Amino acid sequence: MSEPSSSSFRRALRTPVGVASTLGLLAIIVLAIVAPILWSADAAHLDILNASQGSSRAHPLGTDALGRDILYRVLVATRLSVTLAVVAAGLGALLGIPFGAVPALVGGRIGRLASGLINLSVAFPALLVAIFVAAVIGVGSHGAVIGIAVATAPYFARLSQTLSSSVAGSEYLAAARMLGVGKPRLLARHILPNVAEPLLITMTIAAGDALLALAGLSFLGLGVQPPQYDWGRMLSEGLDRIYVTPIVALGPAVAITLGALTFSLFGEVLAKAAAGGGVRRWQRAEIGAAAVAPARPARREAAPAGDVLAVDGLTVSFPGGSVPVRGVSFEVAPGEIVGIVGESGSGKTLTAMAIADLLPASARLEASRLALFGQDPRMLGDAQRRRLLGRSLAVVYQDPMSALNPALRIGTQLAEVAEVHDGASKTVARERAADRLRSVRIGSPEARLRQYPHEFSGGMRQRAVIAMGLMSEPKLIIADEPTTALDVTVQQQILRLLREVSVSGGAAAILISHDVAVVSQLCKRVLVMYAGRVVEELDVDTLVRVPAHPYTAALVAAVPTMESDRARPLASIPGRAPSPYDDAPGCPFAPRCPRASSRCLEEMPPLERRSATHRAACWHPLEDGTAAGFGTVEGVAV
Amino acid sequence: MTAAPASLGRRRTLWAGHTRSAYALRRSARLLVSLALLLTATFFMIHLVPGDPVRAALGPTAPASLVAERKAALGLDKPLVTQYVDYIGNVLHGDFGTSLISGESVTEMIQQRGPSTLKLGGIAFLVAILVAVPLGILMAALTRDSRRRGAELGFTAMTGAIAAIPSFLIAVALVYLFAVTIHLFPVAGRAGFSSYVLPVAALALAPIASLSRIVRVEGLRVLDQDYIRTARGKRLPSRIVYVRHALPNTLTPTLTVAGLLLGGLIAGTVLVENIFAWPGLGTTLVQSVAEKDYPTVQAVAVVFGVVVLLANFAVDIALGVIDPRSTILDT
Repeated sequence: MSEPSSSSFRRALRTPVGVASTLGLLAIIVLAIVAPILWSADAAHLDILNASQGSSRAHPLGTDALGRDILYRVLVATRLSVTLAVVAAGLGALLGIPFGAVPALVGGRIGRLASGLINLSVAFPALLVAIFVAAVIGVGSHGAVIGIAVATAPYFARLSQTLSSSVAGSEYLAAARMLGVGKPRLLARHILPNVAEPLLITMTIAAGDALLALAGLSFLGLGVQPPQYDWGRMLSEGLDRIYVTPIVALGPAVAITLGALTFSLFGEVLAKAAAGGGVRRWQRAEIGAAAVAPARPARREAAPAGDVLAVDGLTVSFPGGSVPVRGVSFEVAPGEIVGIVGESGSGKTLTAMAIADLLPASARLEASRLALFGQDPRMLGDAQRRRLLGRSLAVVYQDPMSALNPALRIGTQLAEVAEVHDGASKTVARERAADRLRSVRIGSPEARLRQYPHEFSGGMRQRAVIAMGLMSEPKLIIADEPTTALDVTVQQQILRLLREVSVSGGAAAILISHDVAVVSQLCKRVLVMYAGRVVEELDVDTLVRVPAHPYTAALVAAVPTMESDRARPLASIPGRAPSPYDDAPGCPFAPRCPRASSRCLEEMPPLERRSATHRAACWHPLEDGTAAGFGTVEGVAV
Repeated sequence: MTAAPASLGRRRTLWAGHTRSAYALRRSARLLVSLALLLTATFFMIHLVPGDPVRAALGPTAPASLVAERKAALGLDKPLVTQYVDYIGNVLHGDFGTSLISGESVTEMIQQRGPSTLKLGGIAFLVAILVAVPLGILMAALTRDSRRRGAELGFTAMTGAIAAIPSFLIAVALVYLFAVTIHLFPVAGRAGFSSYVLPVAALALAPIASLSRIVRVEGLRVLDQDYIRTARGKRLPSRIVYVRHALPNTLTPTLTVAGLLLGGLIAGTVLVENIFAWPGLGTTLVQSVAEKDYPTVQAVAVVFGVVVLLANFAVDIALGVIDPRSTILDT
């Protein structure tokens, strides 16, 4: 075994289950060797006067019909019970492994026949197979062992089938063959080490199963025959007396359970060690208070009462110290379409999900103010919040392929919104669903409602998601990268559709994208996010002509236009955005910024108002909007 | 205007129907081959018995004339091919011959005892599904996003232990607890509802444990999917999110595992029937194996084998029907 796997093996053994199963296994082995030597005479001693007794001082687990001590007999029976089980499992491996290798070694028609037989035989319950084989061979321990071996063989065959096909197709084997390594050496050096581990694990688990199966057969009187005795036979004798002296059934039952459990747990520990999953660590660190900048909005005047959305100092954090959204503040007026741009990881999606109350459960949301349609969803009860958000807020997700439930018809997924929130009847809800599909230009909507998502194309699915959002009359639509997963030709249609539904329904919208071109098509006002913060807020006109923040300018420069020189590489921003764990002081963009000074590295610039519609967080804003220093550096494209 | 997409839709369903029937056809072919193999294997069973099976069954003291007579009745004196053809023909007609020991019709015995085994196994299977699926989903809902780690640990430890204990030990424990100690349920025989409780519980407990574990893990996987976020985004009540949106997506793996458990459950009936003196095929099987009553063993093997194969077939077909994406149809 190689170094890392032996260390993970040791680590797995040190877990509580690992320690317990290893000790248990050792105890079983020692008992199997020692018990018959020490206690055979005691186990065979006839104490007729005390026959068929329950628990007593002399016989803690009682005596059998001939007055023999059950405790001694249970201990002595360890050897026979365990030996037979191990032999049965080993025989099963010997039978099954060569058979399972047939498909990979021989291939063709015979190989297929062999794999068909393996699949068929695995389907039959092992115990039944064992009983039938035992019936042929004859009742007794021989029959039982061979029966269990035959019943176990298909599992080994299945394992060796998978292993041999994966090893046969592996590159290291091809390489060894190419180097002219001989067959015995190939088997010993290259194949065996790679299959030894899973085989050992399966052997251990199979031995546990065989122990149970043998106990079962002996229990039924089809296994070990008198005068020999194993745990199964003792249990069956005990069961006959369970009304009178239940204790006599206890010893064998516990022995069977512990024995089988030890083998299967040890097998599981081995398997876990092989998978390298011995330990699981939970890292928990408290989020430093300094991680969250006290973000006071630049705009001081009270938001107009009619705002659809107003957030102040929105911060999203995760256990472990990750703070992907840091003090975001903005408002959305009725009917307004606001864009949020930024690289992936800038926190724009989490900002949207925080507003939509769809954050993962482990996330923590903080905000000095959060008002959706004039109400703070955090202050509402569950039912009220569901009602408010369900009726007034629609969300369009990034990947329409995974956003729709594959197991439900489109009609169900649309209609349920009206049924739940407006108490609409099935018919009314269905009519409305058809109407909404029509309004997003999906033809023959009645037929489409009966279809499943997989019968829709990507663009149609996104239309269906939008239609789903329109089922109630939303006042705010949050579209999170709604076109990223779609074909370029479909992107335009979806964007146009979003604008249409927003205009015709009078709904405000937040459009999130990494693409400045997409946002500038649809929005009037744009927020630029970087490393969880809003670094600039501006109207589209200013965005395109004279952005103040160097990061914004770099984003704009990265958009190819019709005039772009195709011979030159696309503009890109060198360097990488800081991780949400980073907690350095200063402007997060400074390390990548050509204009950065020492002040930028030490002090975070506030989001300062530059005009009625323009705020920027930069110590050295651009005056003419040119992205000095960017344009030709090759690196990660935005 | 509506004609084109509508016909498109129809063609799609037609196409889907076509792959479905092709799939059903392939599975039926596989079932037939498996049944043929099962019959062949059970036919050879009696021929693999070392020595003279009839002599072995009747014992050394039986007169030679009786042995010859029974042999002739079994057709063992005919050429092997004739025996094989006769055997297949007889089984297809539902004729399993006569018992070597009692000389009675094996078919009648199966008709008498088969239904009570089927009832026991069927009820246990239903109970297992009806308990395990809601339990698994509930645990998934409670323990999602690493919440309630204590409950998670308790559940996995408990179900792990129960799944590891074989049904006959559970049965013994149940007998001790409910029949011996508090005399709540009868311990043996089949008489009315209460006699079903312990055998069904003994059979169903282990499958409940392993199935609910699978359902929980599947549930956790499904609850992490985007479409569940969509459902939450629609602000549906949790009941609808879990039952309508999550549950159907856990069905495929659940059914697959349930199919696998069914085999073990059928085997479990043999042991459980013997513990509770249930008048079914399991007790018959054990008795006939001990008595070397080969025709009876053969017949019970055929019946159990057919039930297992049919159950697997039913699961396969159900998987093809319930999964709308029908990924299984290509297999």
